[in-house]
Amino acid sequence: MSEVKFSKEHEWITLEGDVATIGITKHATEMLGDIVFAELPEKGLNVEKDGTAGVVESTKAASDVYTPVSGEVVDTNQAIVDDPSKINEDPEGSAWFFKLKMKDQSEMDSLMNKEEYDKFAKESAS
Amino acid sequence: MEIKKTSLNKLHQINNAKFVEFAGYEMPIQYSKGIIEEHKFTRSNSGIFDVSHMGQLFIYGEKSLTEELEKIFPLDLKNLKQNCSKYSFLMNEDAGIYDDLIITKIKEGYLIILNAACKDQDFEILSNLLDSKFKMNLDNNRSLIAIQGPKSVEILNSIINGVDQLNFMTGNWFDSYNQKLFVTRSGYTGEDGFEISISNDKAEKFVENLIEKGAQLIGLGARDTLRMEAGLCLYGHELDINKTPVEANLRWAISKSRLSNGGFIGSKKIMNQMQDGASQIRVGIKPEGRLIAREKTKIFDDTDKQIGEITSGTFGPSVNGPIAMGYVDKEFSKVDTKILLEVRGKKHPANVCKLPFYKKNYVKGVN
Repeated sequence: MSEVKFSKEHEWITLEGDVATIGITKHATEMLGDIVFAELPEKGLNVEKDGTAGVVESTKAASDVYTPVSGEVVDTNQAIVDDPSKINEDPEGSAWFFKLKMKDQSEMDSLMNKEEYDKFAKESAS
Repeated sequence: MEIKKTSLNKLHQINNAKFVEFAGYEMPIQYSKGIIEEHKFTRSNSGIFDVSHMGQLFIYGEKSLTEELEKIFPLDLKNLKQNCSKYSFLMNEDAGIYDDLIITKIKEGYLIILNAACKDQDFEILSNLLDSKFKMNLDNNRSLIAIQGPKSVEILNSIINGVDQLNFMTGNWFDSYNQKLFVTRSGYTGEDGFEISISNDKAEKFVENLIEKGAQLIGLGARDTLRMEAGLCLYGHELDINKTPVEANLRWAISKSRLSNGGFIGSKKIMNQMQDGASQIRVGIKPEGRLIAREKTKIFDDTDKQIGEITSGTFGPSVNGPIAMGYVDKEFSKVDTKILLEVRGKKHPANVCKLPFYKKNYVKGVN
């Protein structure tokens, strides 16, 4: 599996073959608070880099989930729809959101590595 | 304008509060445990709420003050006993609501608790309505602390002896912290609890003592989910200048004895609406599944006609599901009426339901 990459919209992404797994970062869940609702894209849907591909809601507000790369949705994580609190518990592990079959793997290049993202998250929080 | 801070601001910081601006004040939205934990702790134990941003308006006067206030509020104040509280409204001539409030008859006159965002305007309106011989003091030197939840009575009574003898919606002065504190048995969470008016310089010490006894600080986020589960209105959401108490389904708060003769501001409109009914009315709404419908969500019937709008909506931690309140056309206000909520461009099924979502746990009377 590839190195974990991160987007400015606080998604993480890993790549295995041409299938990317995408979720939201721990930092994002800390900003959102208790997540009580998750909506995921339909399987088969083609999503565009930086387009919306889901929604999460905390007790306070709704937020769009963006996809950091383009591709076709090949799998979604029903477990987080059934129990959205899992997203707070394990955001960068078992609580992934969706898997995409990527078209253009070079889209990964512009994303941040862990060190860059941590710095970005720290700066955007303050 | 510079953001205002309550006398507990430092204590909020020490307890890792996340702050938001609310009505010009820097207020804690939540602490480190988060809204759901804080909500559940209040329902099972005892939560402390800093509500010092709210207005504490003392109006001094005797019998003639009662007469003057009856020209303003839809209440039978003549028969209100000393130390008893009522929920009421400050209205305009069209019965539009300037503010909702709690008024308590005290020995010296009346104490009115006002919403933070409305208090300055309320003060101006009341100053213009009342003779200047009645002294008014919107007291900035006092903090207001609410303690809510089943263990609150025991905790507070161990600090201020005698508060356990208060009935629901009554209050009294108590000697503690080298001063007179005004304590009422009331709140806005659907739980038994108290609100304590204490001088700013002792507020922090008092709250520290509550924490030592096992109570925990709770932010505005959980205060909002708690009041929604209890089916209670929040000014600026369920209530505003374009809504009347009848439309808000709060006719219970209007004293029956005042309805025959009126004589309070807005009485004509209220009496008409009481007779003919309002065209729109506030209801409880339960979305199906896990869908959350927020404020301003449009409500439709099954013919695609818009029939109303959501005023508050969230996930209810104790109900363990989504809850909402909103206004619908009268003919859709019956419990179990099927309605549709438009969220992110799609219509989702929901049902009109009874309020509250969460059964109240108030202590009605101890004496």
